[in-house]
Amino acid sequence: MSGVYVVLEDRNGRIGRISFEAIAAANILAAQSGSKPTAIVIGAQTEALAAEAATKSVGKVVRIEHALLSPYTPDGYNAALKQFIAAESPDTIVFPHTYQVRDYAPALAARLGRVLIGDVTQIAEGPVFIRSLMQGRLSGSYKSSGSPTLISVQSGAFRAEEGQSGPAEIATFTPSIEASQIRTKPGEPFRGAAQTVDLSSAPMIVAVGRGIREEGNLSLVQDLAASLGAEIAASRPICDNGWLPIERQVGSSGQTVAPKLYLAVGISGAIQHLVGMKGSQCIVAINKDAEAPIFEVADYGIVGDLFEVVPALTEAIKSARQ
Amino acid sequence: MKIIVCIKQVPERDAQVRISSSGKGIEESDIQFAMNESDAYALEEALQLKEKHGGEVVVLTAGPERAGSTIREALAKGADRAIQVESDNLNQLGALGVAQLLASAAKQESPDLVLTGLQSDDLGYGQTGVIMAELMGLPHASLILNVEKTDTGITVKRELEEGWFQNIDLPLPAVLMIQSGGTKLRYATLMGIKKAKTKELRKVSDSDLGQSATPAATLEKIAQPQKQKSTQIISGSPKEAAATLVEKLKFEVRVI
Repeated sequence: MSGVYVVLEDRNGRIGRISFEAIAAANILAAQSGSKPTAIVIGAQTEALAAEAATKSVGKVVRIEHALLSPYTPDGYNAALKQFIAAESPDTIVFPHTYQVRDYAPALAARLGRVLIGDVTQIAEGPVFIRSLMQGRLSGSYKSSGSPTLISVQSGAFRAEEGQSGPAEIATFTPSIEASQIRTKPGEPFRGAAQTVDLSSAPMIVAVGRGIREEGNLSLVQDLAASLGAEIAASRPICDNGWLPIERQVGSSGQTVAPKLYLAVGISGAIQHLVGMKGSQCIVAINKDAEAPIFEVADYGIVGDLFEVVPALTEAIKSARQ
Repeated sequence: MKIIVCIKQVPERDAQVRISSSGKGIEESDIQFAMNESDAYALEEALQLKEKHGGEVVVLTAGPERAGSTIREALAKGADRAIQVESDNLNQLGALGVAQLLASAAKQESPDLVLTGLQSDDLGYGQTGVIMAELMGLPHASLILNVEKTDTGITVKRELEEGWFQNIDLPLPAVLMIQSGGTKLRYATLMGIKKAKTKELRKVSDSDLGQSATPAATLEKIAQPQKQKSTQIISGSPKEAAATLVEKLKFEVRVI
C-alpha cells in the first residue's frame, strides 16, 4: 500500500472542522495520482468517528484503535502511528495543525528519520508546501525528499469540502501498545476562567494589540469600542500582561470570532491571532507598520500612529451617530 | 535540579526584514536581534524552579557569533553558565538538524529537565523541544504554562485550545516546551549584568556534535506572502482617514 493518508482529530466526539480542511488538502495531493486519501481516526472507541469520516471525500477509513489511545498521549499516538506507517508505507500523511498534532507529530517524524512540514497554508505544483515565516511577514516554499512526507495544514487555509457520494470502506488497525510505554499521565481538561464573555456572538469587535504599549493607554480603544457599541478583545500579549482578562483573547489560544466588523488596533497579525479572526466579514486594521501581516487579511487599512488615528476615529464615529 | 534551557536569538519583533540575495534567507546586516519570546518564558520558568528547589540553569543556544549577546542576557538574568553550538547554516538544517545538534549537546550534560520555548518568532517551526525529547529518549509535554515539582517528578499545566487547560504528570528527566505568558519575566539587574561577564560560555562546533544526513525537507525559496484580500489603504491625515473610514463603515459595511 501507499498513497495519501490524513489523520483526523476528535473534538468532543465529532471530527473537528480543521480535520475536514486536512481532508481537502489530502485530496489535492491524492488527485495527482488520481486516487482518494485514506482517513485515519485514532482512539479507544472510534466507531462513530469512523462512520462520520466515511461520509467524506475519502477512499477508505482506518480506525487505529486501542484502549491505551484514550486519553491522548504523545507516547501512545506515536507508538501506534509508527506501527501503522511501517505496515502501510504511506507516501504522504496530512495532519491538521492543532495543538495536539504539534505535541506528537514532530517526534513521530523524527522517529521515522523525517521532519514535519508544519502549518502549511498552501500547496503548489510539485508539490511545494508553503508556510509562513517571520510571524507572517514572509512565506517559505518547502520541498520534501524521500518518504513519507509529513505535513500539517493551518486552520482555515484549505476549504473543507461539502458532502460526498457513498460511505467509504472502514478497516481497523490494532497496534500493540504496553501501558509502560506511556510515560506521561494526562489529567482531565478544565476551563481556565469562567467564560463570562462570548465574543463569538458579538456583531462588532474592537481588538487591541502590542501597539498600545501601556495599560494606561487602553482607554483609547475602550472609548472607540464604546462609540461603536462594540465588544473589546485583544491579542495574546495584552492578556499575558494581565491588561485585559484572558476571556477577551482572540486567536488559537483564545476565542474564534467572525463578527460583521473586526477593528484591529496595533495588532501586527501573527498567525496565532489571524486564525481566530480572519473569518470576520469586514476587517479594518490600524497599524503604523505598512508591512504588518494584519494588512494581508484587512479589507480597509489605515497606516498610521494609533495614538492619533484612534481618537480621531472615535470622534468621527460619535459625530456620525449624532 | 539541573535544567537546560534552549534559547534562540531571532530578529527583533518590529525588524523590517528583507529577503537576502540567495532568496533563501533574510538580510541580517541592518536588523537588530533579540531573545525569542517564548524562550524568555522558558528561562524564567527555569530560574524560578532553581530558586525554589536549587540546582543549576544551563543555557543552550545554537547560533552564529551574534547569538552571544542573547546568551549574555540570559546569564545576566541568572542562568549559571552557557553552551553555544556554533553553526552558520542552521536555517538549512531544518527543525530536525538543529534539534539533533541541541539534543547531542544536551545529552552530554545529563539534565533533569530540558526547557525550550514553544516556537521561534522567525522560522516558527515549533518542533525543537518535541524532536529533542524523541532523540534523547525522554518524555515530553508542550504548551506548558507552569511547572510544579512533585515527589515522583513534575506536574505541568498544559494549554489546550479555546481556553481549556489540563495538568499532566511526568517523570524526570523530561523535556517541556514552554508557552508565553505563564509567568512574569524578570529584568536583568546591574549586578546580574556584571556577573554575567565572568560566567562560563563554552563554545562547541557543530562538527563536534555529528551532522545529520540530508534534510528530509528543504526550504527552497522565501518570498513576500500573497495577499489574501485586496486591502483598501485609506490615506490622509488621521482626521481625514478617520472620516473616510466612517463613510465606509456607514455606507459599505453598514455597521454605523
